[in-house]
Amino acid sequence: MKFDRATRRRWKSHLMAFLCLGCVAIALYPLASILYTSVVRGAQAINADFFTQNLPPPCNPSVESCVTGGIWPALQGSLIMLGIAAAFAIPVGMMAGVFLSQYGHLKTVQSMRFFVDVMTGIPSIVVGIFVYALFLDLAQAGVFNTSWVLSALAGSTALAIVMLPIVARTTDESLRLVPPTLAEAGLALGIRRWRVTLSVVLSTGRTAVITGALLATARALGETAPILLTTHFTTFPAQNLNGPIASLPVLIFQFGTGGFPNQVSLAWGATLLIVGIMLLISIVARVAAGVVGSRAGLGGGG
Amino acid sequence: MESPGPIAQGTAAPAPQRDASGRALGDNLFLGITGATAAFINLTLLLIIVILADDSLPTLRVFGLPFLWGTSWVPPNGITPQLYGALPFIYGTLVTSALALLIGVPISIGIAIFLVELSPGWLREPLGFVVELLAAVPSVVYGLWGIFVLVPFMGSTVDPALGSALGWTPLFSGSSQGYNMLTAGVILAIMIIPTVSSITRDALKSVPQSQREAALSLGATNWEATRVSVLTYARTGIFGAIILGLGRATGETMAVTMTIGNGNFIHTSLLSSAQSIASFIANNFAEAGYLERSALLELGLVLLGISILTNVVARVLFRSLTGAGEEAGS
Repeated sequence: MKFDRATRRRWKSHLMAFLCLGCVAIALYPLASILYTSVVRGAQAINADFFTQNLPPPCNPSVESCVTGGIWPALQGSLIMLGIAAAFAIPVGMMAGVFLSQYGHLKTVQSMRFFVDVMTGIPSIVVGIFVYALFLDLAQAGVFNTSWVLSALAGSTALAIVMLPIVARTTDESLRLVPPTLAEAGLALGIRRWRVTLSVVLSTGRTAVITGALLATARALGETAPILLTTHFTTFPAQNLNGPIASLPVLIFQFGTGGFPNQVSLAWGATLLIVGIMLLISIVARVAAGVVGSRAGLGGGG
Repeated sequence: MESPGPIAQGTAAPAPQRDASGRALGDNLFLGITGATAAFINLTLLLIIVILADDSLPTLRVFGLPFLWGTSWVPPNGITPQLYGALPFIYGTLVTSALALLIGVPISIGIAIFLVELSPGWLREPLGFVVELLAAVPSVVYGLWGIFVLVPFMGSTVDPALGSALGWTPLFSGSSQGYNMLTAGVILAIMIIPTVSSITRDALKSVPQSQREAALSLGATNWEATRVSVLTYARTGIFGAIILGLGRATGETMAVTMTIGNGNFIHTSLLSSAQSIASFIANNFAEAGYLERSALLELGLVLLGISILTNVVARVLFRSLTGAGEEAGS
């Protein structure tokens, strides 16, 4: 009787361990499936034309002969909007992160960090409708004309707002890991605090800070909802910042849901491109985090 | 956010005290500029709240609070007056998020237990990294994968099986070729796994080794030790992780838009198509006229409220943990 109970308990323990392993397998299956499907379907679409041609019109292959086309306008649009968003969000976010990490002992600064945290949790679609509403209000107030409401600039603004709190928080986290003794050494030499912050703290933590900025940019590359709501999609390369503009994620949405084979194929090609870039940046970030850890002696702190 | 950073502890002296003379100028300037950027981010949050609230006023004036439980959405059509009610979309969001938690949370906790309590040391970091890669995949890619892989699978295999076994209950009647709340819930479950499992992992890691040893020394099996001393000890952190997962699930847009079937109605069956708040905004914002756009902005305000609430609750929970002398990753 007693023995039976002990055996049952032991087997239950084994069973639960097995179930936990099963959970890992369940989580890895969709990841593997997403990667596999992207590679198999996307690789067919990627060739020289893929990067250089304009987006093809929808086409039914059983009725007409179809243009394969390429993703150039979407690639160009994504690069433009990401470029503008990053040029604004990375420096501003980094400065904010430096502030949060260096003055984090103040109560006010702690609540500022709290709200930056809250902002990282805002759904990106809310950012999209906010930017639309803001640009519409500004246009109606006469600040600029209505062509700016749905525009490359509006899309960039939305992406910048998504990136800002992420860059700020990753910078903050990275710099808080820099050992205080380094800064103290600088201060003891009589160097002013702002110089110490820039030359000692920021330069020690720079790999992690740059990695955080890269991750935020990668996240913005895949953001769809904010761009969908703030830009006009087009099949041609963008001409100016207040006109229609295509982008990779909106292409994936429009072409992927349309059902026309030539467009679906491009959607998978764009997916492979985006997933590949994300994967690459995530791995680089992982490796860089290891490098930073060993350089600053953070081994146990992470 | 609670415990001052290591820098702060070491070099907390404010600049002016160190340099009473003009040398403090550089420090003050630096403080001012970086502080202004941080304040700018906070002001953006405030501006988002103000603009969304202000632009939902037209709908609030016309429909008032009943907007939240109205069931019809009638844009201008030249015949009947405009009418906006949000209940079908709130319902869609609630059901899909609940499904996401129901499926995603046990899996996430299982993963965390495996990584912290069971996994061999060399496997721990790489495996944790791979699970977190799920968070790097953009929502629209989940959506595309959903359309081409998950929806056909659910529509041809899972839904018919559920229908024939449980079709007599109102939860699993009918069918919609895989584009339904169940499919959207499954995708959301996958998407919250990295968030919930990584925070749960931090919570489990923070449980003192002595807790496990105490249980084991009383003769508990590994699982009993995990359940009694580890999971119980870490429950506040796990609860915070679930709340953050909920926040992520409610606001997720593209993957849901592409798989939920976009039906503007309330059906009890999980195999029925529906709309979430986010998917409805994404589908209708472009064509909306003045009053309808205001109604959609009010829906956005609801989403914003949910996300702020979940974030604040989760972070207050984490704060109570660190206050008690534990360590919870954020």
